[in-house]
Amino acid sequence: MEQIFFYIFAIVAVASAIAVISVRNPVHSAMYLIVCFLQVAAIFILLRSPFLAAVQVFIYVGAVMVLFLFAVMVLDIGKESFGEHMHSQAIPAGITVLGLLAVVGWLISKGKITVPLGKYTEEVLTKNTEVVGKSLYTQFIFPFEVVSLLLLIALVGAIVLVMKEKGKGAGSTRP
Amino acid sequence: MLTLNHFLILSFILFSIGVAGVLLRRNIIIVLMSLELIFNSVNISLAAFAYYLQSITGTVFVVFNITVAAAEVAIGLAILVAVYRTRKTVYVEELKDMRY
Repeated sequence: MEQIFFYIFAIVAVASAIAVISVRNPVHSAMYLIVCFLQVAAIFILLRSPFLAAVQVFIYVGAVMVLFLFAVMVLDIGKESFGEHMHSQAIPAGITVLGLLAVVGWLISKGKITVPLGKYTEEVLTKNTEVVGKSLYTQFIFPFEVVSLLLLIALVGAIVLVMKEKGKGAGSTRP
Repeated sequence: MLTLNHFLILSFILFSIGVAGVLLRRNIIIVLMSLELIFNSVNISLAAFAYYLQSITGTVFVVFNITVAAAEVAIGLAILVAVYRTRKTVYVEELKDMRY
């Protein structure tokens, strides 16, 4: 049963990911990317992490994709003309991706788990959100603070980058 | 029965598609979207390792990863808007000068 659902989610995720990089209209790309993110959220639920699934839906589907759509609409890019949406470097890119597929596929088929298992068994993880919250605020409190600082920097940086300078009008961001 | 390999292979296929998007597309917005795909594939494999090794560290790392991805998108799109204002283009091969 679980396996059937996994294959449904996986196939839809891969198909929509391929659609993201192959359709011509950026708005359609963004829509396919939303589909892909929702499938990834479902896969997080299969991995017994409902907290991650919720965060995925809130942040990726809710915030990041709205930001993308906003940028596409603001920049008014529209459809790219026929045949121009790909680089001329398809052959090196294909070689790179195929080499990556070969190497990592070989590594995955050869790999074995040798580390001892931890204490977070499936019974403990039924309270997934509680467990994640507790370790986030005790064991990982320092990275948590660093990440909050990073978000503040990103916020200020994004505002500064798109701010127009006074008295110069449009098209004059600082050198 | 689902094994770790199922999730690793899915994550890896998504990663390859993301790399192909970064390498192939000319539109810089699609390149940023492909970067998000790569982030997501890494998140899948971290969550899968967390579940199959019965450790919470992978899950917490995914939370940090999502935060960093959100910051990256905010900064990336801000840079994109600033670049589009000065150069009037979003195609990566036309954005080759460091100065304006």
